[in-house]
Amino acid sequence: MIFAHLPALEVVVPLVAAPLTVLVRRSSVAWAVATAACTFSFIAALLLTAEVAAHGPISYHIGSWAPPWGIEYRVDTLSAFVLVLVSGMAAVVAPYAWRSVAAELPRDQVYLFYTMFCLSVAGLLGMTITGDAFNLFVFMEISSLSSYVLIALGRDRRAQYASYQYLVLGTIGATFYVIGLGMLYLATGTLNIADLAQRLQHVENLRPVLAGLAFITVGISLKLALYPLHLWLPNAYTYAPSAVTAFLAATGTKVSVYVLLRFYFSVFGFRLVAETLPMPEILLVLSILAIVSASLVALFQTDLKRLFAYSSVAQIGYITLGMSMASRDGLTAAVVHLFNHGITKGALFLLLGGVALRSGRAGLDRVRGLGRSMPLTSVGILIAGLSLIGVPGTAGFVSKWYLALAAIEAGRWWLAALVVATSLIAVAYVWRFVEAAYLSEPDARTPAPGESPLAMLLPAWALVAATVYFGFDTSYTVAAARAAAALLLGGAP
Amino acid sequence: MSGAQLIIAALALPLAGAAGIAICGRWPNLREAVTLVTAIALFAAVLGLLPGVLRGAVPQLFVLEMLPGIALGFRVEPLGMLFALVASGLWIVNSIYSIGYMRGNDEPHQTRFFVCFALSLAATIGVAFASNLLTMFLFYEALTLITYPLVTHHGDAEARAGGRSYLGYLLGTSIVLLLPAIIATWAIAGTLEFTPGGILGAASSNATVGLLLALFMFGIGKAALMPVHRWLPAAMVAPTPVSALLHAVAVVKAGVFAVVKVIVYVFGVQALAQVRTADWLPTVAGFTIIAASIVALRSDNLKRRLAYSTVSQLSYVVLAAALLTPLSVVGAVVHIAAHAVSKITLFFAAGAIYTASGKTEVSQLDGIGRRMPWTMLAFTIGSLSLIGIPPAAGFVSKWFIFAGAAAAGKYVALAVLGVSTLLNAAYFLPVVYAAFFRPPPRGDAAHGEAPWTMIAAMTATSMLVLGFAAYSGVPLALARALAGG
Repeated sequence: MIFAHLPALEVVVPLVAAPLTVLVRRSSVAWAVATAACTFSFIAALLLTAEVAAHGPISYHIGSWAPPWGIEYRVDTLSAFVLVLVSGMAAVVAPYAWRSVAAELPRDQVYLFYTMFCLSVAGLLGMTITGDAFNLFVFMEISSLSSYVLIALGRDRRAQYASYQYLVLGTIGATFYVIGLGMLYLATGTLNIADLAQRLQHVENLRPVLAGLAFITVGISLKLALYPLHLWLPNAYTYAPSAVTAFLAATGTKVSVYVLLRFYFSVFGFRLVAETLPMPEILLVLSILAIVSASLVALFQTDLKRLFAYSSVAQIGYITLGMSMASRDGLTAAVVHLFNHGITKGALFLLLGGVALRSGRAGLDRVRGLGRSMPLTSVGILIAGLSLIGVPGTAGFVSKWYLALAAIEAGRWWLAALVVATSLIAVAYVWRFVEAAYLSEPDARTPAPGESPLAMLLPAWALVAATVYFGFDTSYTVAAARAAAALLLGGAP
Repeated sequence: MSGAQLIIAALALPLAGAAGIAICGRWPNLREAVTLVTAIALFAAVLGLLPGVLRGAVPQLFVLEMLPGIALGFRVEPLGMLFALVASGLWIVNSIYSIGYMRGNDEPHQTRFFVCFALSLAATIGVAFASNLLTMFLFYEALTLITYPLVTHHGDAEARAGGRSYLGYLLGTSIVLLLPAIIATWAIAGTLEFTPGGILGAASSNATVGLLLALFMFGIGKAALMPVHRWLPAAMVAPTPVSALLHAVAVVKAGVFAVVKVIVYVFGVQALAQVRTADWLPTVAGFTIIAASIVALRSDNLKRRLAYSTVSQLSYVVLAAALLTPLSVVGAVVHIAAHAVSKITLFFAAGAIYTASGKTEVSQLDGIGRRMPWTMLAFTIGSLSLIGIPPAAGFVSKWFIFAGAAAAGKYVALAVLGVSTLLNAAYFLPVVYAAFFRPPPRGDAAHGEAPWTMIAAMTATSMLVLGFAAYSGVPLALARALAGG
């Protein structure tokens, strides 16, 4: 019985956990509720993945109202993959938050953190699972509003400015999305994604549809921090509490990428996107700009959280680059990198949280001699950094492999050269950390810190281990990404 | 034990050894014992594979599928067998030497040093036994990263700068050139497995083969083909046993090994001989041989002179392989082993001189042969071998390379080899002459020989150099199996 309602429970459990944490107030109970809810969602996502693999896509009708009138939840290989990433990250970050949030937030605000965290998780899961474009907007707002609060909880007062900046840009993005959606509704009279896709085939007057496409593209691009709409991201990641940075970096932008993939390939169909508008070319140029410029900016940062925030902008560029190629290998690269980069960045920011806990903030001047004072933390950062570079044996290598393969198969040697050459910039910024941590003597600015508490180290190392594991055994990630690519290229579901 | 079990043992032993060394870090004598026992056990495991491979067996081990259609797997063919033998055998001697050197010079971080050393051997064995390009690439990159802490051992500004060049050149070439070459090979051939006769086949045009060859040859930066050779002199900031590891045991040997392996098993010797776009390679290799020898001739720093000598000697291997005749391929393979034993002797001697007297420049070595006769005798033997004087090791390999070049009618290559032999003599013999026949400068601090472990290691490698002809049957048999197969 319960099994049949799993798609709804996936979202509803964290959604209900949020008000529960307000009711109980005690931070330890709130933590337990949030952790249990996130763990449940993760297990549910795994079960859904198994179900999709065995019996094909699941369509769940909320309140038994049949689509296109009622709201449909739809789980296929792609959305199941993203569900696993989001809920898995939530299930790792929630236990981590126990020590990290207690150290970074005033005691009376701790339960609020868990409230907002659960809302954010529910919103992101909802965006992924829903088959209804307006419902997607609602969940987008839930996740955005909660993440504004989460960022503003940061210790540094600049967190409030960062949150405000994100709020303004995020609201513009959401508004653009809803305007675009209104135009599609105007042209088709439906909001169900599958139904939209079908009816768009028969629309005679394309002008409002193209306007809608443009609005939706800009709106989602703001949320996914596509260059040059990424300006909110570095501040938000730098000043947010450590647990928030890790969770948002691993999931927030990734879900937005997922939404863009859905709209381009499932709703509009890539033929419309590519032939009537030069979207692949625009995406290609913006991706290259993102990769090159953000990597170069990252090279000159002295705050490690900000450094890796800029690196995120660049890595998102790799994802959209794969997307712009719209071939089987290109989309495989995009989808697999969405996952691989999620776990890599999650691991990095969780470990940096440990550094911030011990030495005040995660500045490059605070990690001198870290290799000796926090050996496990710095080895973890090193391994995750190697994955960012794309060294074989790490998850990042798999993404880079498919990205370069897609470029070579499309006959674009220069693009393959660009993909590999830009990873050298990643070598340079990762090695700034290595030289500081391993080849510099600690000085007066670096308090002699001990290793992070185990409650923070274990979740972080779970992700580091995943980074290595998915570099060797790609049977889950690559198979899922290939199936997702086939699904997207197959047109409307 | 079966072949697969021996492969597992050869890969796991250095890893286990590294863990053991880390655990025993507080008791130096125990720690060094772990290193030696591991080294001997590894050599035994590799040796256990030899009889089968000589009989023509090909032990294999499949671990898992890394990417759809591409395995993480191992296969012991003759070339990998030889490389593993050289690396694991010289690790024993190098360990004995390292113990003396690290203690004699009171080096810091000795535990880290021995741990990284053991790990680098695991990576080397992985490169040697890899059954396809991706597995080889994985261990090739691992070798770069794990030797980085060894190169930057002293942790000062100089070490950091040397480390940057080391990493910049090696990672830069492998990521920007080698990785695209591997991906393109996969896109063209649909397989990455090393296959006798090559895998590119008729599917590719001449231009593509030429481009791929360039990507591979310069992408394998460890082979130090000019202009990607600069990392080798930069890595001279490391302690001398590390230089020996880089030059003789693992790193550069992994480079030329990969070059020969790619030419034989990816392009195919016969297939490549048909392609005109591959003709540039002997020219580049020949240029590297001569140019690096000239730089060596002009270097006063002894280790730098040896480093450029290595650059030059590596291109012997590349040139021999690029001549694409069976005889020259045999020469290339044997030269990997011959250069390894000779160069490790020379570096041991350079390290012994530094440990005993603190001298680093050639111009300071007047008369040092009277104080350190054993060391300078070993140096002389290594020098004669690299010049190619019988019965030393270098003579055997040079013989095959000359014969291959002559058989193929490549007179330019012959001329290059001849000139380079003269240059070798010109930069080695003055050192020997000065050490034995010039009077020591007045006021020179009195010192004796280096610690006995270093002398023992040097004597052992000198014997290997001199006795090479006696046991050259094994490398020759392996090389013939490769070239004939």
